[in-house]
Amino acid sequence: MLTAERTVPTTCPYCGVGCQMDLHLQDGYIFRVSGRFDNQVNYGNLCVKGRFGYDFVHAPDRLGAPMMRASRDAAFLPAGWDEALDHTAQRLEAVRQEFGPDSIAFLASAKCTNEENYLIQKLARGIVGTNNVDHCARL
Amino acid sequence: MAGLATTLGSGAMTNSISDIVDAEVLFVIGSNTTEAHPVLSLQMKKAVMEHGAKLILADPRRIGLTPFTHLHLRHRPGSDVALVNAMGHVILAEGLENREFVGARTENFEDYRASVEEWTPERAEQITGVRAQDIVEAARLYARAEASAIFWAMGITQHTTGTDNVKSLANLALLTGHIGRPGTGCNPLRGQNNVQGACDMGGLPNVFPGYQAVSDESVRMKFAKGWDVPLDRLSPKPGLTVTEIMDGALSGDIRAIYIVGENPMLSDPDLHHVEKALREVDFLVVQDIFFNETALMADVVLPGASFAEKEGTYTNTERRVHLIRKALEPRGESKPDWVILTELAGKMGADWEYERASSVFEELAKLTPSYAGMSHHRLESGGIQWPCPSADHPGTPILHVGKFARGKGLFSAIEYIEPAEMPDDEYPFILSTGRILFHWHGGTMTRRSPGLDSLAPEAELEIHPDDALAIGLEEGQLAQVTSRRGSIEARAVVTRRSPPGTVFMNFHFAEAAANILTPKHLDPQAKIPEYKVSAVRVDPLVESVAS
Ligand code: SF4
Repeated sequence: MLTAERTVPTTCPYCGVGCQMDLHLQDGYIFRVSGRFDNQVNYGNLCVKGRFGYDFVHAPDRLGAPMMRASRDAAFLPAGWDEALDHTAQRLEAVRQEFGPDSIAFLASAKCTNEENYLIQKLARGIVGTNNVDHCARL
Repeated sequence: MAGLATTLGSGAMTNSISDIVDAEVLFVIGSNTTEAHPVLSLQMKKAVMEHGAKLILADPRRIGLTPFTHLHLRHRPGSDVALVNAMGHVILAEGLENREFVGARTENFEDYRASVEEWTPERAEQITGVRAQDIVEAARLYARAEASAIFWAMGITQHTTGTDNVKSLANLALLTGHIGRPGTGCNPLRGQNNVQGACDMGGLPNVFPGYQAVSDESVRMKFAKGWDVPLDRLSPKPGLTVTEIMDGALSGDIRAIYIVGENPMLSDPDLHHVEKALREVDFLVVQDIFFNETALMADVVLPGASFAEKEGTYTNTERRVHLIRKALEPRGESKPDWVILTELAGKMGADWEYERASSVFEELAKLTPSYAGMSHHRLESGGIQWPCPSADHPGTPILHVGKFARGKGLFSAIEYIEPAEMPDDEYPFILSTGRILFHWHGGTMTRRSPGLDSLAPEAELEIHPDDALAIGLEEGQLAQVTSRRGSIEARAVVTRRSPPGTVFMNFHFAEAAANILTPKHLDPQAKIPEYKVSAVRVDPLVESVAS
């Protein structure tokens, strides 16, 4: 059954201009995107990426579950969140115990939100105890 | 952005997108704005078409802005400092500097004056290939206008001399007083959507959020208290940069790497080096929305939610903090990165309690002075530009009004240094890399949008007709492009867009990542690897025709 169209205002995820836009949704799909006029950034405009670049959200090869493998030669197997995070926490803790906090490094992301970048460096600095945090965008 | 932080006291874009139309002269250098920042380029075009602004473009290639320019300076890749120093020379030689501004608001002017003395336009012509009279014209236009604004992007920063390039541009603004007013300023255009925010939030090895130095004990005390962790947990020692992390993995100093939302297997300058490094570590975690090239090498892969499936904020290139909102449920069992990190922290013995992304923001605003006056609730009614120190502060559209963030603006004497890799007999072409409109850094997102992929489906090599003729390469033919580090194939586009001697490739393709070819010389201050200039050989390939 078709559900009614609704719109959600948000920010374009592509470039540093940060255009303001509405996602038009129906049946759980983004079917159209339009630029918002109530701002001094894009004044209603969007470029081709901002307007049409949303199929990736619905792409069939999106990751749907955590994946783990026993060794680098082994195949990946889907795992539950608890298992994947327990394993990750244990391995990081083991490396920290053996080689010290500065043997672990974190790459934050120019694609993640401010809140997420804040937590990445909080994890690195406040839990692991290292300042080895950087992001690829200086590239 | 080490250059601007040193000279002005803040590394961010000084002005706003909305005041571009107030500029009389726009000086755009090393930014293919119509492709990398398309909607911002609309404001530049508007300034030219509707407000009579004059656009000076400095770019070796003919690009989308070229038809709107008053003056196009096609300087040789890597010769930016020579060009800009010569503009400073002309301004001083002709007495066009703003003496009052220089006297009241800057320091180290004498050093700068001495450093540009020898940079006559004639000398710069030898190095840049730009006619001396055009350099003079550009300097006069920029200096004489009531309001002139400088814009640059990766074409300026992705050089071994990137920090110098930025400082030399800041010199021009200090010399003429084109800063701290509408339509002026030093405006670095940030590439990916939240580069500014990732830096603001301490996604850097030497600073906590808000550029507060890890080496400062009072800062560490503040964060230890704010996070409720023992003071000795917080290390005073600056950490490693991405490139140093990869080197550390090879030398055995780095044993585990946790990567969130990045694909260094596609974006790092020397891909073979990165691949070896990632193989070397004992434990690799990749958290992303796709099983990308880097995930292929991981031990654990954690599925993140896309921007449409979560809440949070991005900070755009003009320092404006915007909300993103949840429109859909996360795909499958994927979760927003902030939720994954919070749960992982719990497994590691911490008790972070965040109900929503807005609770994370509340905490970061308390510890980040430039964000202190913001909240998700306030951002509901529109983006706010930092610094915004209190809840009743409207935000700051223009930085350095009346006073620089560091007090006085600092002139720097900048020496011209040749690009780290120059063409020779064996590798006769300069390869310049960049991005094209339809794909976005690494292509992980756009290549999964079939509509966009068909517009720009494969790796292309732009080459000037004279060069193509000389090596016997035809339009549409496959060519082997070889540098000292590796070799890839690309299809030839014979065009006058690139000047003779320079070939151009984009870097959006896993199959033909132009980054295999790029060298790993680092800008010693910003530690940005050199992308834009490498020396290559181009050989036509004969394709086997399937009969
Ligand atoms: S719509 Fe285009 S210009 Fe605007 S933020 Fe998105 S990618 Fe950038």
